[in-house]
Amino acid sequence: MTTASTRSTPSIGEGTQDDHELAVIGKRVPKVDVWGKVTGETRYTDDLQLPRMAFGKLLRSPHPHALIKRIDTSGAKALPGVYAVITGHDLPPVKFGILPVSQDEEALCTEKVRYVGDAVAAVAAVDEETAERACRLIDVEYEPLPALMSVEESLSHPEVRIHEYGHGPNIQRLISLQFGDVEAAFAKADLVLEDVFFYQGNNHLAMEQHAALASWGPDGKLTLWSSTQTPHYVHRLLAKILDLPMAHIRVVVPAVGGGFGGKLDPFSHEVAACRLSQLAGRPVKIALTREEVFYTHRGRHPTLMWLKTGFSKDGDILGCHLKTCLDGGAYGSYGVASSFYTGAINSVTYKMPVYRFEGARVFTNKPACGPKRGHGTPQPRFALECQIDKAAERLGLDPAAMRRRIVAEPFTKTANHFTVTTIGLKECIDKVVEASDWRRKWSGWQKVGGKRRGIGFACSAFVTGAGESIYWNEMPHSGVIVRADRGGGVAVLCGATDIGQGSDSILTYLVAEALGIEPKDIRVHTADTDLTPVDLGSYSSRVTLMCGRAAMQAAERLREVMTKAVARKLEVAPEDIVFRDRRVGTRDDWENALTFVQAVELAEAMHGVLAFAGAYAPPKRVPGYRGAGVGPSPCYSYTACAVELEVDEETGEITLHDVWIAHDVGRALNPSLVEGQVEGSVYMAIGEALMEEQVFRKGVHKTPSMLDYKSPTSLDMPEVHTILVETHDPEGPYGAKEAGQGPLLPVMPAIANAVYNVTGVRIDETPITAEKILKGLDLLRQGKPARIGPDKPPAVVYPQPNMVESAFGQPADEDVPRPFA
Amino acid sequence: MGTERQLITLQVNGETRQVAVPVHKTLLEVLREDLGLTGTKHGCELGECGACTVLIDGRPELACLLLPIACEGREILTVEGLADGAKLHPLQEAFAELGAAQCGYCTPGILLTAKALIDSNPRPTRQEIREALAGNLCRCSGYAKILNAVSMAALRSTEAAAARKP
Repeated sequence: MTTASTRSTPSIGEGTQDDHELAVIGKRVPKVDVWGKVTGETRYTDDLQLPRMAFGKLLRSPHPHALIKRIDTSGAKALPGVYAVITGHDLPPVKFGILPVSQDEEALCTEKVRYVGDAVAAVAAVDEETAERACRLIDVEYEPLPALMSVEESLSHPEVRIHEYGHGPNIQRLISLQFGDVEAAFAKADLVLEDVFFYQGNNHLAMEQHAALASWGPDGKLTLWSSTQTPHYVHRLLAKILDLPMAHIRVVVPAVGGGFGGKLDPFSHEVAACRLSQLAGRPVKIALTREEVFYTHRGRHPTLMWLKTGFSKDGDILGCHLKTCLDGGAYGSYGVASSFYTGAINSVTYKMPVYRFEGARVFTNKPACGPKRGHGTPQPRFALECQIDKAAERLGLDPAAMRRRIVAEPFTKTANHFTVTTIGLKECIDKVVEASDWRRKWSGWQKVGGKRRGIGFACSAFVTGAGESIYWNEMPHSGVIVRADRGGGVAVLCGATDIGQGSDSILTYLVAEALGIEPKDIRVHTADTDLTPVDLGSYSSRVTLMCGRAAMQAAERLREVMTKAVARKLEVAPEDIVFRDRRVGTRDDWENALTFVQAVELAEAMHGVLAFAGAYAPPKRVPGYRGAGVGPSPCYSYTACAVELEVDEETGEITLHDVWIAHDVGRALNPSLVEGQVEGSVYMAIGEALMEEQVFRKGVHKTPSMLDYKSPTSLDMPEVHTILVETHDPEGPYGAKEAGQGPLLPVMPAIANAVYNVTGVRIDETPITAEKILKGLDLLRQGKPARIGPDKPPAVVYPQPNMVESAFGQPADEDVPRPFA
Repeated sequence: MGTERQLITLQVNGETRQVAVPVHKTLLEVLREDLGLTGTKHGCELGECGACTVLIDGRPELACLLLPIACEGREILTVEGLADGAKLHPLQEAFAELGAAQCGYCTPGILLTAKALIDSNPRPTRQEIREALAGNLCRCSGYAKILNAVSMAALRSTEAAAARKP
């Protein structure tokens, strides 16, 4: 641990403690909030009802692109049972967006709509039915504009502009970075591969539809309950959107029924509920229908990619050049970050001495894309891992062994100056190879194709939290208050949002471990901007590490005071005091140890009220070049995966049999929860690989329902064999890294590689459908190259690159500033 | 507003409940809004996701597609009625212990579907569990721990039943 701070007592949880000393960490204990979930007691936002509450509805555009000439709400206002009707003109005239660089949204459009589903007006009424009827009475006159429904259309029609800002007509953002001379690398390579890949867009499809309940009180203060993953950003942006001081806004997050990135933006329904509540003088709830969730979207960016990589004959990567082009949909959302993410962390998995990345995000008249589990990295991961498979074949190498050989070196810097710390990928590969019986089942390149059953391999890496906040500031990324009550109860207050991943439980386990008490002795209070210190939100796999470290710091500060008080009472040295089994004392004289309750009372008598804060911000390791803000992380998780599947040559149908997946999670704070994250990631990946796609016809979403938008059921899931690898990263709490997103990444390419192993057909795009396989088999029979995928690289003119020297192989910096350590 | 309401008597979780509701209101809406039983969830309100599954006379049905008037005189069981007083159902215990509920939103519907399964088939195979749950979408878990929890609850239930026999 390279912590700059000094501490009077030994630090807890820095990855050094042996498992046998731990009472809670590493144990399979139930989640703290699970009892409400199995009894139906847990309250999600749409389960809340307030006295006099009205129901709200949004009126949405039927046009993909149109000017709003006139809106007449008089018919709706006259309908009995209607309390308030608003349009964008009833809101302050400001545009907003989650990223400071893309302030391009209005909660209700005033001049122009940009996709079918864009909100233009909202109604609050006595019940939902009346609100719906009132929406139908709103008369909107549109002047339709040409709709740009694909990247190609948007690029070839510069005369039609979806937005006025950006790096070119309908081009929101262009990125061009180069770290070392890639052309020189290609020149000396034994094998250079160039491929074009396409990764389809898809929706998060969280089971709970978004809902918001706003109550604007007569005191002029506003409370919003919302199913959001990021109460802090919603809090901050509501102040701007509503022109109301943050001090007068409270955002509370009830239980959230899944997010996966789909609840990370401020949304129209949240803003509309607030303003309607203010006008109606009563609480207003807006719950989206499933169809509206598909319009709200912010899902995976459809991405076209061109990838060129130079390999040595032994399989080393000598250099890599990637171009990506993202179909952004109608608004910015997180898209600039998503675009950077398609290039940023390709360098952290394997040794990649030089690297060039060009990216573009293009506006289209479709629902805005944004962050979905894996945020911008599943697309290039699919490209890279499929291409490595192709290279292994050309070089006659075992694709698992080839990957193992080129795994990045721990505690070094990448070409693009990111610092990698612990890397458990070799162990992950070894475990998957062994568990899957890889060598026997893969059985060499000469045995590709013409069989029923086969296996594929891929690896990946992911960030454990973003190194930078979404808006620039020097404040903590996560804060926790730990408060001990006279009865020995401990309250943990934190802005973190449990969206099902178990962050409330992680906070509890860490504090229980530090204080030697049971999880049951702790109550967590989270995600309430009035009561809890800021946590930036449940995104970028940051919560376990960042809240975890803040919680441990707060608990440690409480423990220090209690240690001092107990040491004085027992007349022993503070260093000898231990906390365990709800008691505090010395090992040598444990029978005279005090109870935790007595220790709390002594400490309160000595110190005063026992409430301590902890804070965390990532180590200051963000490189200095422009465009370096996306990708740095306190540490990276690593995953290896093998998929065994069967293909029916008659129908093209794929049957998945087994997935072996090993994940370097640093330390499993609760193995059950980590396995749950891995299994859920594998599931979501299978959906993206085989069936999920966000597609449009004549400007309209083709499948805005759960029946038409296909997602895997219990019958589609193979057996998933999860292997947890622990590397005890110095930055993570007790060594923990992320588990919620990384394990999704290798599954899609492993499936594509397995399909090749079975059929001899390369499918360089998602989803990998039966139709595409049959098409490939047909090509094979005709003796043509059996490859299905896009032909042309992105038709974007990327600017001259920002040239930065490669930092590849440099050792990680010894002393890194840690702001709140 | 002004919609005609009908007085309907329902047997919910062993209790007789009367509601006066518009005749076209779904059972899902009546359970959640009129009876305060918000444990039953909605994910689509079109019969596609299984989140609103309740048991009607022991059979899993989608509350979003049912009219309350069609449920008069039948036993409706929601997640709130699954426990026996303060004693949790073995399925609830197993889901909690094994981590089968993540966000928990699909959990009530899955618990009830699983109850119907193990009531009629006390020792289901893994494939039978998969088939029974195929209409209940879960986006968090990948179903693995759900299948494990249903198996474990079934095993415990049959063992408990065997132990009760003289």
